[in-house]
Amino acid sequence: MIIKRYFDTPTLWWRSPFEELDRMRRDLERAFEEFPRTWPGEVPRGVFPLTNITEDKNNFYLRAELPGIKAKGVEISITGNSISISGERMIAAEDEKVKYHRREREAGKFRRMIKLPHEIDTDKVEAKSTNGVLAVLLPKKEAAKPKQISVRVS
Amino acid sequence: MAEKETKDLQVKEKQELATPAEQTRPGLVFTPAVDIFETEKALTVVADLPGVAKNDLNIDLDNNVLTIIGDVAPPEGSDEADVLREYRTGRYYRQFTLSDVINQSEIEASLTDGVLRLTLPKVEAAKPRKIPVTV
Repeated sequence: MIIKRYFDTPTLWWRSPFEELDRMRRDLERAFEEFPRTWPGEVPRGVFPLTNITEDKNNFYLRAELPGIKAKGVEISITGNSISISGERMIAAEDEKVKYHRREREAGKFRRMIKLPHEIDTDKVEAKSTNGVLAVLLPKKEAAKPKQISVRVS
Repeated sequence: MAEKETKDLQVKEKQELATPAEQTRPGLVFTPAVDIFETEKALTVVADLPGVAKNDLNIDLDNNVLTIIGDVAPPEGSDEADVLREYRTGRYYRQFTLSDVINQSEIEASLTDGVLRLTLPKVEAAKPRKIPVTV
């Protein structure tokens, strides 16, 4: 009788000591799957529009993905070294009778302010929009441009 | 209280495709956001494909499977250095299985400001035919 009871009682741990570990591993994997994939050093920012800025010697180049927004619908203002982009994305209403299968595109207002490392020559800024990507050319101010200084040996 | 006229845009991250089917081409693949809606006459697909030019867009309908592929070339010049990088560019890929029979000859596609609008008219339902039975 004693032997029987011994095998009847908590046999869980005894049957599979790794079961608990397996479960933990599965939970962790699931948690990582749910986590959005991002690039190293890139954090999901929760901002719109997503913006890339690059620079060369003379200019900054700002690019932002704004599908479905006409160039006219975007307002860009620059003061000193900060640029602000705002506008509204509108999705025209379809006929009332339509039946939606998917509705993933978002509409609404957006506004963003980005500080640049240098002052901008505001008179020479150019902005254009091609295929839903806004591109803004931001020339650096003369004072901010790198200067080559030759060293003379005396 | 006055009602707010328009809502603020809900922020959505650019979705990288988790398991691109048998990817043999280098580069990144993203899932574009789409709206799909249906009327009695047609099925319409609206997809956000920012940066895709007309010539780089491929739409294919084969055996009721609709495939949308759009390629985006990196817009940066060679001597530009990153200051801020929030999005990457690559290929947009999305595939749908359609339930209705589509009239292939009348598919219309337009691409404006990075938004694709694809209208797929349904084939007119076959008219019921009366078959006389002779005894």
